Amino acid sequence: MAATDYDSELKRAGANATHGWRRLAFLAQRHMLGTIGLFFMLLFVWAAAFADLICRYDPLSVDSAHALLHPDARHWMGTDSFGRDVWSRIIHGARISLAVGIGSTALGSLFGVSIGLASGYLSGWVDLLFQRVTDILQALPLLVLALIMTAALGPSLPNVIIAIAIPLIPTVARVIRANTLALRELPFIEAAKSIGMSETRIALRHILPNTLAPLIVLATAQLGSTILTEASLSFLGLGIPEPFPSWGRMLSESAAEYVRTAPWLVIFPGLAISLAVFGTNLFGDALRDILDPRQRG
Amino acid sequence: MLAYIVRRLFLMLVTLFGISVIIFVLLRIVPGNIVDILFAAAGYVDPADKANLERELGLDQPIVVQYLHWIGGLLRGDLGYSYVSEKPALDEILPRIPITARLAGLALLFSASIGIPLGVISAVRQGTRLDYALRVLSLSGLSLPSFWLGLLILMASVALFGTMPIFNPEPKTWTEAIAIYCVPAMAVGFRSAALTMRITRSSMLEILRQDFIRTARAKGASEASVNFHHALKNAILPVITVIGIEAAFLIGGLIVTETVFNIPGVARFLVEAIRWRDYPIVQNLVMMIAVVVVLANFTVDMLYAVFDPRIRYTD
Repeated sequence: MAATDYDSELKRAGANATHGWRRLAFLAQRHMLGTIGLFFMLLFVWAAAFADLICRYDPLSVDSAHALLHPDARHWMGTDSFGRDVWSRIIHGARISLAVGIGSTALGSLFGVSIGLASGYLSGWVDLLFQRVTDILQALPLLVLALIMTAALGPSLPNVIIAIAIPLIPTVARVIRANTLALRELPFIEAAKSIGMSETRIALRHILPNTLAPLIVLATAQLGSTILTEASLSFLGLGIPEPFPSWGRMLSESAAEYVRTAPWLVIFPGLAISLAVFGTNLFGDALRDILDPRQRG
Repeated sequence: MLAYIVRRLFLMLVTLFGISVIIFVLLRIVPGNIVDILFAAAGYVDPADKANLERELGLDQPIVVQYLHWIGGLLRGDLGYSYVSEKPALDEILPRIPITARLAGLALLFSASIGIPLGVISAVRQGTRLDYALRVLSLSGLSLPSFWLGLLILMASVALFGTMPIFNPEPKTWTEAIAIYCVPAMAVGFRSAALTMRITRSSMLEILRQDFIRTARAKGASEASVNFHHALKNAILPVITVIGIEAAFLIGGLIVTETVFNIPGVARFLVEAIRWRDYPIVQNLVMMIAVVVVLANFTVDMLYAVFDPRIRYTD
């Protein structure tokens, strides 16, 4: 019988990772794909934060003498039909994607959590009303509702954020409501009630913190789809208006026409969207495994 | 069961009513209507002409009257007239439906026939390199924008054949039909295939852990029999749900794909109508989408009771 190496067994199970960096290193090793996702996300945030330092060219400056240049040493990703540097536009485009992604996810979560908490905790007619409203919002696909919203509000960055945030509300509200309903019956809530804690205080101090894990998991999953939705809206010409370098918009300008003549205008913006969303999704999956093991797939 | 169905049908009506109000109001808080757009293109115009046109289209009436007019017509099967073409909205919408329905059907077929087998393989080979590769593939399916996938396909078609597929309502040859319908359907279906695969995998993993699977193995059932007869049969329920709901939500992918491939379907028509502020078209199309979604949800719930005898709806 082979001698069991208890030390290595324990190490593999993460017993030596008790705190700080060791724990982080263990998690990173265990969730390889999630770490790769995090790397892409950090790259994306880095591009958005230091866009001005990274690029040599102004993403908005038009230079018709240098229109539709092939990628070379000066213009790494070529130039578009207005002579704007594609690399600069993509790096600056990260700002828009990030702003829409974080903005609408945060806004959607804020409203979703408030509605979910109120609905699950107060129940009664409040619950009934909010349930019907979420039913209504869920009966339209995300892109359709966002399209109508942007059409109603007009194309601008804040409006796109609102238009994408509203369709996210029902999903968040549902998850928070279900969690609140389950938590409400637990003994520690009863204990809080018996010592005379007010209802609002119980909801905010006891229920809310306990719904954070599923909320974080959900928000990360939604981040990817908000970036995709913004790209689709802008691609259809109803999202971020010109001249801002939105990745989806860059594709709609280059669509069909440049598929033959300037493929770099099609390849690079699409690659940027895909990598940003792919990274978010990979990270989101790992986060779900860590924070919410019951949902593990 | 009957009480449950009646309650569900009633709630469906409430939802549809809510949507009709929201859509109607949203479309009308936009500054500027079709008349403004038409007249903006013409430069200076007589305000009297403008008022006349607004009266003709019923835009001068209070919003409640306009709403009741629309709903009343809808209940009688009269969808009003398109502002842009001035043809009955129904005649504009109906001929476009088969095109989109064909694309959606093919996309679902593609996603089920790719997603379910790959999901099963991924679950059975859990933790292997194959499983990793398939998981990364499915996640990439959820990350690629379908319009970009469509553009890449067009690019490949130009590189390989020197031409792009151009839509033709009556394809003459089989290859033409494939180029026109199947290729865009694959661009749309890739995402749903990825979703189907993920759900199949996680549902299979859940089932494979259960006792009756061990029993099946213990009595000597072959690996294929365990995986397909015992496990997949029980794991398919959540997959049906996802496919059913995806069927209704496919419209999002169809909107961009029809735009990329220049297909005159109902999804692209919605975007065009939104751009033109063609209210009668937009509000009726959105109502149609809502009806499809609500019915799909209802059907999936009913199918659950049919496929799984453990589920009984009581009220």
